[in-house]
Amino acid sequence: MTRDVVIKLRGLRNAFGADVVHDNLDLDVHRGEVLGVVGGSGTGKSVLLRCIAGLRPPQAGSIEIFGQDALNCSETARRAIDQRMGVMFQDGALFSSLTVRENVEVPMRTIDGLDAGLRRELADLKIAMSGLPYKAGDNYPSELSGGMRKRAGLARALALDPEIVFLDEPTAGLDPIGASAFDELIRGLSRAMGLTVFMVTHDLDSLHACCDRIAVLADRRVKYTGTMEEMLEIDHPWVHEYFHGPRARAAIATKDKVS
Amino acid sequence: MTVATDPETVTTSPVLERDGGVWRLSGVLTVRNVSALAAELPRAQGALDLSGLTRLDTAGAYLLHSHSGALELTGLRPDHAALLDRVAGTIPQPPDPSRHPLTAAQILERIGRMVANAGGFLVEITDMLGLFLARLGRIARHPGQLPMTALVHHADQVGWRAIPIVSLMSFLIGVVLAFQGAVQLRQFGAEIFVVDLISISILRELGILLTAIIVAGRTASSFTAAIGSMKMREEIDAMRTLAIDPAMVLFVPRILALLITLPILGLVANVMGLFGGALMSWIELGISPAVFLTRLLEETGTNHVLVGFVKAPVFAIIIGVIGCHAGMQVRGNAESLGAQTSSAVVRAIFAVILADALFSVFFAMMDI
Repeated sequence: MTRDVVIKLRGLRNAFGADVVHDNLDLDVHRGEVLGVVGGSGTGKSVLLRCIAGLRPPQAGSIEIFGQDALNCSETARRAIDQRMGVMFQDGALFSSLTVRENVEVPMRTIDGLDAGLRRELADLKIAMSGLPYKAGDNYPSELSGGMRKRAGLARALALDPEIVFLDEPTAGLDPIGASAFDELIRGLSRAMGLTVFMVTHDLDSLHACCDRIAVLADRRVKYTGTMEEMLEIDHPWVHEYFHGPRARAAIATKDKVS
Repeated sequence: MTVATDPETVTTSPVLERDGGVWRLSGVLTVRNVSALAAELPRAQGALDLSGLTRLDTAGAYLLHSHSGALELTGLRPDHAALLDRVAGTIPQPPDPSRHPLTAAQILERIGRMVANAGGFLVEITDMLGLFLARLGRIARHPGQLPMTALVHHADQVGWRAIPIVSLMSFLIGVVLAFQGAVQLRQFGAEIFVVDLISISILRELGILLTAIIVAGRTASSFTAAIGSMKMREEIDAMRTLAIDPAMVLFVPRILALLITLPILGLVANVMGLFGGALMSWIELGISPAVFLTRLLEETGTNHVLVGFVKAPVFAIIIGVIGCHAGMQVRGNAESLGAQTSSAVVRAIFAVILADALFSVFFAMMDI
């Protein structure tokens, strides 16, 4: 079975003034996979995410999402694409004047004819699916811990059952138990809902626990893609350092112990 | 595996039909059309065949699950069944929403709380004032601790940049006073008294009061917003952990800048008000600037100017303390920042006018 490509990047170029972040970058994301994007600081992981999510136009190159050109299309077409994607920002980026439940309801309000009672029940369901307790729905974002804000951000990103979810460092700043619970959550949701996940992360445990494929950003391009096992074989100095450093060995050790 | 991906098919409604004795649901069931089906679904009884569903999301699964008591769901695709299981496993159980009606005792309690809060507000304001004076005392003993750069910066923001608006406002007030005074006083042939009218009202009351009101609107809000956003991002907590005194770095330069610049702004307002009044008197009543000046110097005592200027530092401290206090009351969210900013302006203006009224009564009783 040839895999269905949902995001196709070709020849992407991003630069801030004279500072070129991406040059001639190619990447394919397949339907239903969890793709982990790694790279050193300043290699433009978040820039890439913002680019695909439509928050920043690239200087050159093409982005195809669901087989449609996402850069040169009408606004209606772009909105239709956006509605099929969800983004979870690093600190949740929740609207601070709304409760968590109201935050999750915001994307649902764009749907005509969705009954208010049902909308509320669905929001509660999404909050529960993200692993938050029921009463968290009534809280304001400032009353939540960092980990809970991330979960609430995920609940909002999943509000419309998107086909692709972008996660910006989902486990950064979480304790190890919370982080592995989050990995579990992402894995479970991606399986149950058939989600495609594009995940920017630094967390080697996350890469082990939930990613089907890993893309390494280096030298202004996606230098390598492949499974965790394939990554261990690569002898690019940065990649080798990353996947063979002391932290990586610890992550592999725990993985082996579990399995 | 066929997955409906283009938006047209996603928004079309699923079809619910009866085929022999079996109900059949086919098509696409997502959050976009789930409400329409919610009205229809109660018609179905017994077995519901779902083999024709091409797409199902959590909203659809939730709807099917909530009717699964009355219906027997059959023919589910494995991935749809997995989704349905996941939804069924995570449906939240809302705690009992018990609401009590409002009793008289609760209303009384709320009023009591509001009164206590108002009293608490006065205590907090006094607390802030005391903190400012204590820091000022420390600076008097150790002049090296005065945050000079910040003081100059705030004096520029609060004073220098307010000069255009204060001048314009005061000039127009002078014009209006001369014009209105002229109309009335001409009836008695007492045009020359317009000079007294303008000079006394501007020097004694309006110059300082209106300047203070404008500064309250401009500066109290900016103090609250600046301090409040630092509070919001825990910058003030960070200062405390770094052994930096927020009162010394944040409150002292701001309030002190106001204390220095408000009298100067008042002076500018007085001059511009008199200028506007003199100009209008010349145009409207033919009182030449020379006559205006002579009359001003001969008839208007310096006590009026002093009465005006005595109030300026008091207004400055009121505005500064209220602005800084409101900034410290900001809690974690952006909404509270907005609420505190607008309430700081209202409180500052109200307090300035109240203080002005008290001054008026005091000076009247002292016969100054």
